[in-house]
Amino acid sequence: MSEDFTAEGGHGAVPTEGVETGQGKPARRTWPLYEVFVRGKRGLNHVHVGSLHAADDEMALHNARDVYTRRNEGVSIWVVKADHITASSPAEKDPFFAPAGDKVYRHPTFYAIPEEVPHL
Amino acid sequence: MNAHHTDVEEHDATNAYQSLSETTDHDDPRWAFGTGIVEEAGAEITSSVPDGVDPGDLAAYCLMLGDDALIYSHRLSEWVSHAPELEEEVALANTALDLLGQARVLLARAGHVEGRDRDEDALAYLRPDAEFRNVGLAELSDDLDFARCIARLLVFSSWRLAVLHRLQGSADPVLAAVAGKGVKEITYHRDYAARWTLRLGDGTAESHRRMQAAIDAVWPYIGELFRTSDEERRLVEAGVAIDPADTREEVDAVLDQVLEKATLTRPERPFIGTIGGRSGRQGVHTEHLGHALAEMQSLARRHPGATW
Amino acid sequence: MTVTDERPHHALEEGFDATIAADQRIEPRDWMPEAYRKTLIRQIAQHAHSEIIGMQPEGNWILRAPSLRRKAILLAKVQDEAGHGMYLYAAAETLGVDREELTEKLIESKQKYSSIFNYPTLTYADIGVIGWLVDGAAICNQVPLCRCSYGPYARAMIRICKEESFHQRQGFELLLAMVNGTDAQREMVQESVNRWWWPSLMMFGPPDDDSPNSAQSMAWGIKRHTNDELRQRFVDMSVPQAAALGVTLPDPDLVWNDERQAHDYGEPDWAEFKAVIAGSGPANAQRIAHRRRAHENGAWVREAAQAFADKQQAADKHAGATA
Repeated sequence: MSEDFTAEGGHGAVPTEGVETGQGKPARRTWPLYEVFVRGKRGLNHVHVGSLHAADDEMALHNARDVYTRRNEGVSIWVVKADHITASSPAEKDPFFAPAGDKVYRHPTFYAIPEEVPHL
Repeated sequence: MNAHHTDVEEHDATNAYQSLSETTDHDDPRWAFGTGIVEEAGAEITSSVPDGVDPGDLAAYCLMLGDDALIYSHRLSEWVSHAPELEEEVALANTALDLLGQARVLLARAGHVEGRDRDEDALAYLRPDAEFRNVGLAELSDDLDFARCIARLLVFSSWRLAVLHRLQGSADPVLAAVAGKGVKEITYHRDYAARWTLRLGDGTAESHRRMQAAIDAVWPYIGELFRTSDEERRLVEAGVAIDPADTREEVDAVLDQVLEKATLTRPERPFIGTIGGRSGRQGVHTEHLGHALAEMQSLARRHPGATW
Repeated sequence: MTVTDERPHHALEEGFDATIAADQRIEPRDWMPEAYRKTLIRQIAQHAHSEIIGMQPEGNWILRAPSLRRKAILLAKVQDEAGHGMYLYAAAETLGVDREELTEKLIESKQKYSSIFNYPTLTYADIGVIGWLVDGAAICNQVPLCRCSYGPYARAMIRICKEESFHQRQGFELLLAMVNGTDAQREMVQESVNRWWWPSLMMFGPPDDDSPNSAQSMAWGIKRHTNDELRQRFVDMSVPQAAALGVTLPDPDLVWNDERQAHDYGEPDWAEFKAVIAGSGPANAQRIAHRRRAHENGAWVREAAQAFADKQQAADKHAGATA
């Protein structure tokens, strides 16, 4: 097999050679990119958690709540168009956080697995 | 820098994502409902029926509100992997999950109150069409038309919010608990639908045409939302239910406001009628429900007695 | 967002190499070799595509889920996959591509996704087996990526891995309920395992001898383990789990090797693997057509939202000018 495959593209083997990458120029105009900052609780700073696409500020906020906080209450969210950020240097760190508390089936421990079953 | 910000309600400031990584006991069997909705409010499915209330009426009322949520959630789930953008995938799935959570508690309550040993799944999967008590609006498919999705959600959430808002003071502790949590959820759904109505109504010429057509298409199903069933009438007196007719003014005002801002026209179309005075609340449905149930119940019915 | 780094090229390259050598993270605005950037775009885009296409085989059962609890779990899981796709597309975008552009390449079949999603889900047991085996294999692949050299990708993977753990457990729990249920349910589970076992092994890619370019990815810290190492780990994990379920893994050569302290196992059908990658899987055409339809049917919605935002902005400017 001459083509190279990587197993590490997440869900399994995909070829890594002879695949187009892209130039950053889509054929159609797209919703702008927003960066999302979340303050998890009082007394903490807002931290960068990721980004999303939205047509306007309200949509960005709404989507940020859905995607990054799963609408957990008690959090404060800032969204800002990526274009509006002026950057000095690299080395940002983006902490991620766990999903919302009231959807317990999202938590691995919700599923009763006998103790003798390994590796789960 | 144009940072746009909001402070989401902070009444439970400790319930933040940081604390989520801390271990909590999720093996508690009550979590089987997946929502914590009743437990949070301190109400139990097995709470006794309020004094002077006919259990049959209460069970029927729980089914009405529960079936609305269940069937609406089911239809909304048709959108999975078909949404116009990934962000909308997440938003629509959240809405469907919220409604499914409401449905599960309401069906469980109905099952307990009627005392026929039926759990949420027996009620969802083994009842025939004519025993479902949802309104027609809940059983329509959007046929993957996003304008229809938004129009239907705008009407449904405006109405359900008005209902649940009034129901927070219900004499039935489970209904009051469902309403308390549901108000927060549905407020969010209505906001989502209203904003999208503005974008589509006042977006492009094509989106305006589609949004108007969608509003026109769901309009005939609005009339049924304000019809009061016999069970509801009796339960209103007992302080358990609310009269849906009382929500009409509020719902109309919300729709008028949104439609006007979205440059859409309020349709002048007749509402769908009843058969001998009966409609969804009495188990007389549109042709759409049978198809939804045929699919939803197919696997569960093929394996009687199986647990999943 | 613009940054100019005016250091000479060789100094930039030395800085990059030193960062990699120190097992530190490369960040979006750091200088990086073009080949590193392109390899990452390919890998992250394909990973993102896999999450989005992966919604289809599971979404296939949401409307027929056999209990309300299972319906909620499956809906939440498929929703997570949309979220994972978003995180990953966002990570790819830090490398200078646009999500729309990547989606176009996906629906024009110019970029690939994991071949496992070109297999159909034919029974509800498939939902459990996908969680157990397919997500289990994905976890083997993904956990090492939490330490990947590219910061945004590594961070996306940390969150994704947390949620994947829920995915795998819900799958196993469903199977456990089914094998403890009726005979028909038990048969359904075994039949599903028979169909998914070999495609799951193929998820790790061909044997290492056939992967000549892996070395560069390993040196860059994009790839952390070889295909065969990951496959072995997966087989060794799965065997006791299968025993706990009381199902048989469909490989007559599967046996514990005391000397290696690992399981020996049979050879997957690499001809089938190649055929599926090349487009002959049972569901390739269906998956792409579905994704294309969703994207194209959504075009008018995305345009409307953009037009509305433009109008609002113009109105705000006008208000600002006359104020």
